[in-house]
Parts: sequence; C-alpha cells; structure tokens
Amino acid sequence: MLSKIVRTVANQLMLFILIFGLYVIAHGHLTPGGGFQGGAVVVSGVVMLLVAFNAGELKKSLRERFLSIMESTGGLVFVVLAFAGLGTVFFYNFLVGSPIFGDIPIPGPNPGNLWTGGFIPLMNFAVGLKVVAGLSAVVLALALFTSGEEMEE
Amino acid sequence: MMESIPLNFPFLAAALLVGIALYIMLFKRNLIKLIMGVAMLASGVNLFIVALGYRAGGNAPIYTDVPPGPMVLSVPQALTLTSIVINVAVLALMLTMVVHIYRHTGDIDSEKSRKLRG
Amino acid sequence: MRKVIGLVLLIVVVAFVVYGVVALIHPFGYPSQSDMDDYIIDNAQNQTGSNNVVASVVFDYRGLDTLGEATILFTAVTGVLLLLRTLKHEEDRS
Repeated sequence: MLSKIVRTVANQLMLFILIFGLYVIAHGHLTPGGGFQGGAVVVSGVVMLLVAFNAGELKKSLRERFLSIMESTGGLVFVVLAFAGLGTVFFYNFLVGSPIFGDIPIPGPNPGNLWTGGFIPLMNFAVGLKVVAGLSAVVLALALFTSGEEMEE
Repeated sequence: MMESIPLNFPFLAAALLVGIALYIMLFKRNLIKLIMGVAMLASGVNLFIVALGYRAGGNAPIYTDVPPGPMVLSVPQALTLTSIVINVAVLALMLTMVVHIYRHTGDIDSEKSRKLRG
Repeated sequence: MRKVIGLVLLIVVVAFVVYGVVALIHPFGYPSQSDMDDYIIDNAQNQTGSNNVVASVVFDYRGLDTLGEATILFTAVTGVLLLLRTLKHEEDRS
C-alpha cells in the first residue's frame, strides 16, 4: 500500500476516469469510440486503484459475484438484441424508424443528434459492461494469485 | 505533399516489426521474452491491416463535423478492432500459464522446464 | 546446428516479406479495389442511422464477427479465472 497522498489522489481521480469512460461508451455512434474502447479506459482506472491499494484491500470492494453477474448481463443483453429482429434476418436493426432511437441523421456532414443509431447505443452499453467486468476480474485474479491469497473465501 | 511517400514506408515498418518478432521467437529462451515476441508480432500485423486502407488526403470515416474531402476505408479499421481484442485474450491465457510454470518448476527458462515430472 | 537452420529460415522469410511489401503491393494511399467500402460509406447514414461508419460496420454490417469476439472474450476470462484457483487439499499433498 502506497503513501497517504497517493491513496487520496487515486480516490479522487477515479471519478473523472469513470465519467470519461462512460462518455466514450455512450457516444459511440457519434464520435470515435464505442464499447471496447470505453471499456478499456475504465479498466485502466481500476488498474490505477490496484496499484495504489493492495489487492487484498480491493477484494473487499469488488467481489467476484458482482463482477460475474455484470459480465453475464452484458452478454445476455447483446444476444437478446441480436435475436429480437429475427422476423426479417438475424441481427436486423429493428429500431431504425421507431420512436426509441430511430431518427435518421441529416445526410452529409452534420453536428450529431443523440437519438439516432438504431440499436447501436444499446449494444455499446452491453459490450462495455462485458469488457469492464471481464478484464478487471482477470487483472484482480492475477494480482491475488501472485501475492498468495485466493479470489473467494 | 502526402501523395508520394517513396518505398511504401508504413508497410516497410510493419515488415520490420514482423521480422524482429520472428527473431525473438526463434532465438530467445526466456519465457517472458517469448510472450513479448508474440505481442510484437500482433502489433505488426495490426499496423499492416490499418495501413492497407489509407486514401491519400482522406479524413476519418465519421460524419460528425467532418471537413470536406474523401474518406479512408472503414472495413480494415473494424477488423483491426476485433484482432486487438482477440490478441488480449490470448496474451492473458499465456501469462497465467507462465505463472503456473514458475510456481511448479522454479525458473522460467524454456530449455530447463521441458520434461514432465511424475 | 539448430541456430544455423534458424538463421537461414529467418533470412528467407524476412527477404520474402520485404520484397512483397516493396514491389508486389499497391502504392501507399491509392487502394486498388474499394467498391464495398464506397457502398458502405455512401449508404451507412440511411440504412443504419448512425454518424460513425466504423461503429455501424462493427455492430450492423458485420455483427456476426462481433458476436464471435464477445464469445472469445467470455471464454478467455472463464479460462483465466478457472486456472488461478488453489484447491484446499493441494496444500496437504505437497
């Protein structure tokens, strides 16, 4: 465990990293980014917390059951959205034209409209959840194994 | 000015990365250096795929506030995204195996930890 | 002896790769065939409704590849978490 200054600064910085990662995930259909890139940003914040605190301290906040439920939810939402357009084809974009996310943007260069994109923003959230939960579980398991403890009691 | 890059320099850089990675994988014995060689090979291939889809004087393929002009090809960038995620998964599994080999045999030389013990 | 064979193999492979990159490939910046990409860039805003063409390629035009990649990520995370457990009776045996 590092000194008091490092621990306090890491606690305060984690909020900004989390907000920036969620911004990159949520605006995946307007700006460069998306599910995988925003998930990697949030996982780098978790690694910063792992370096500042010990792995044993972080295990009390991020339990294995919570990470497992989060990853399975992300995968399930992805597959359910893929099957929901089965009336036409598998993986059909059934939300284009409907009132939820279905505006058509102005053709050519335009300032972006948030409510466009079909089911692409929902899939970005599902893939982002999956990447965050999966990669932070892998990093936590490696740190705990090489320091002698176990992942769950 | 960007229309005539002689000798295809980005492709040559990707070929150089692949050559150095092959040298590492053939001639080094430390297991961590072998894993770094695999990661460098993956980086070389990803750079080659992205450099294939460049159009001279093009912009990023995103319509939000884009300056006028042609756009670069978009399918190689999507394939590179998938390739990066798959390489991360393979590297994570390789690192857990190296951790187990070190715990069971005590050193990470690939010549000494070859024989199975009963 | 093994090092000599390795060196010859390395020189042959690197020479072939460098020759292919310098002489056999299209010049950098002028791709030879771009019909599929031109169709996707022209029609992505009408058919999928998003400004980001790369995101619509990853999630809509080529969604099956992303489904396979999510499966690979899930399998790798399961494999890593399975290998990094210490069983209770292993400490009694060793």
